[in-house]
Amino acid sequence: MTARYLLWRLAQVAPAVVGIALIVFVVIHTAPGDPIIAIAGEHGDAAHYARQRAKFGLDRPLPERLAAYLARLAQGDLGFSYVHGRPVLGVITERLPATLLLMSTALALSSAGGVLLGVLAARRAGGGTDLGLRAVALLGQATPPFWLAQVAALGLAVGTGLFPVQGLSSARHGFTGWRYALDVVHHLVLPALVLTAGELALTTRLVRGGVVEALASDYVRTARAKGLPDPAVVRHALGNALLPVVTIIGGRLGMLCTGAVLVEAVFAWPGVGQLLLSSIQTRDAPVLLGLFMLVSVAVILGNVVTDLAYAWLDPRVRYE
Amino acid sequence: MSASRAAVRRVLTDPGGAVGVVLSAAMVALALLAPAIAPVDPFAAVGAPLSPPGRVHLLGTDDLGRDLLAGVVHGARTSLLVVAAVTLLSGALGIAVGAAAGYRPGAVDDLLMRLAELAQVVPRFFLAVIVIALFGPGLDRLVLVLGLTSWPTLARVVRAQILSLRRQEFVEAARALGASGPRVILRHVLPHALPAALVVLSLNGAAVILLEAGLAFIGLGDPHAMSWGYLASNAQRFLRVAWWMACFPGAAIAGAILGLNLLGDALSELASPQLARASGSGGRGTAAAA
Repeated sequence: MTARYLLWRLAQVAPAVVGIALIVFVVIHTAPGDPIIAIAGEHGDAAHYARQRAKFGLDRPLPERLAAYLARLAQGDLGFSYVHGRPVLGVITERLPATLLLMSTALALSSAGGVLLGVLAARRAGGGTDLGLRAVALLGQATPPFWLAQVAALGLAVGTGLFPVQGLSSARHGFTGWRYALDVVHHLVLPALVLTAGELALTTRLVRGGVVEALASDYVRTARAKGLPDPAVVRHALGNALLPVVTIIGGRLGMLCTGAVLVEAVFAWPGVGQLLLSSIQTRDAPVLLGLFMLVSVAVILGNVVTDLAYAWLDPRVRYE
Repeated sequence: MSASRAAVRRVLTDPGGAVGVVLSAAMVALALLAPAIAPVDPFAAVGAPLSPPGRVHLLGTDDLGRDLLAGVVHGARTSLLVVAAVTLLSGALGIAVGAAAGYRPGAVDDLLMRLAELAQVVPRFFLAVIVIALFGPGLDRLVLVLGLTSWPTLARVVRAQILSLRRQEFVEAARALGASGPRVILRHVLPHALPAALVVLSLNGAAVILLEAGLAFIGLGDPHAMSWGYLASNAQRFLRVAWWMACFPGAAIAGAILGLNLLGDALSELASPQLARASGSGGRGTAAAA
């Protein structure tokens, strides 16, 4: 990977973020009613609205408003939530850890599990294991996360009491230290597994396809001809087959966030998804707009990291 | 003609493809025949609340005594309507943008491809959330949001096809005979992109079903249109007492998505060279973007 490629890819971040901000700006100004509602939220008093109006230049012509909006964003100002009485950025970052815990667990489990199952399926392509895993993966990809969450809650939490149905911890026990950590993990199992399922299905299919293709290639035939044992041959093929797995992680970030919102809705997991739901109910537009901005930026950065990782892992990748 | 017949045969003889065709056809049939299958209003209370599946109410009733079969088949209508409208809008945009980019290399191509990159990073679910929160719920704005963000992959496929066929002799011949630019693209280039375009559209259709259901699940669906996501969210409070309320809408969503995914997979066997070309140019042409 050349330094030039690195700089070129990083230079694309700013225009993309500005593009997203433009979309938000257009949505705010085409929505019916006063744009101040979208920027400052409902239920505000006159003084609050006057302050926000001045801050975002709503009494100025459109181009100046856009400049004011972009300048605010550049300073990390996502607006002010009247409902919470605090800046939007603070409201959201407070909820981030719970969601990041859920998403990173799902990402780690699905990546590791997907490589394992994908290799298992590819070793005897067309065999019983392969067909079974492919069928399960297809079903897993088709199942909506919120429904899987309901079924899991019904079967494993409500029915057997093995797992807690809702929340991140059992507040009434007031656990501290490692007892608290264990309690959180106990609550994490079901939401994380449900969120993992869809990603696992996709990763498994991708790894399987890559390994099957690699096993049929010349360099693998050469390795076989030299008398390498089977596990070594698979390890040989895996290196190339893993490249696409890296690429989907970045590309799937938006979908993973969507899944997290829906899973949080079922399990009352107190993360960003719950914040999104409550903000819809309280009509807290600034928080919703802030969430859209943050998820967009995460997707943009995820794509950059993916591209850089790809170029670093595969020396054949050369962009013009 | 015979080439397309052979293509249809190849999709149908592939087991996954056949199941995909059957499931997709079943969804279309459910949606079109909804008034005949379930003549009752899906929003009207027609029986005892929470009655399990039985002779009168094949799939049972919900907490308000509404017929679940009517809900599921009318939900199919909503899903199909949204998928069809988004497919038309994103299909037209994708072809227009892809054709313009492929036919005018240079500044136009650059600008359009940057635009495609932007549209591809927009998290569709979250954009729909803010639009519905600010504009109020409705299928029209949902279609607009999803249509305006779903075209980039198709545009890449069309562009790649044009770039690869532009110097072919049959295209040069058509141009030498005086065919106009749009005519060359429509008649001589686009038909070759059809299998790849169908793959992109069917996989996107599956994603659209999931997005529509997800939005309705969190209460952002059109209150006047019955939806699978709405039914599933309604079932949330009755998981212990009425398994059927959660079971059937969820199965309908999974079946529809499975059908379109299988169809897309079977078609992609036909279209693999085109898809490989599209993903080779710049960004990755994954249909799985948010």
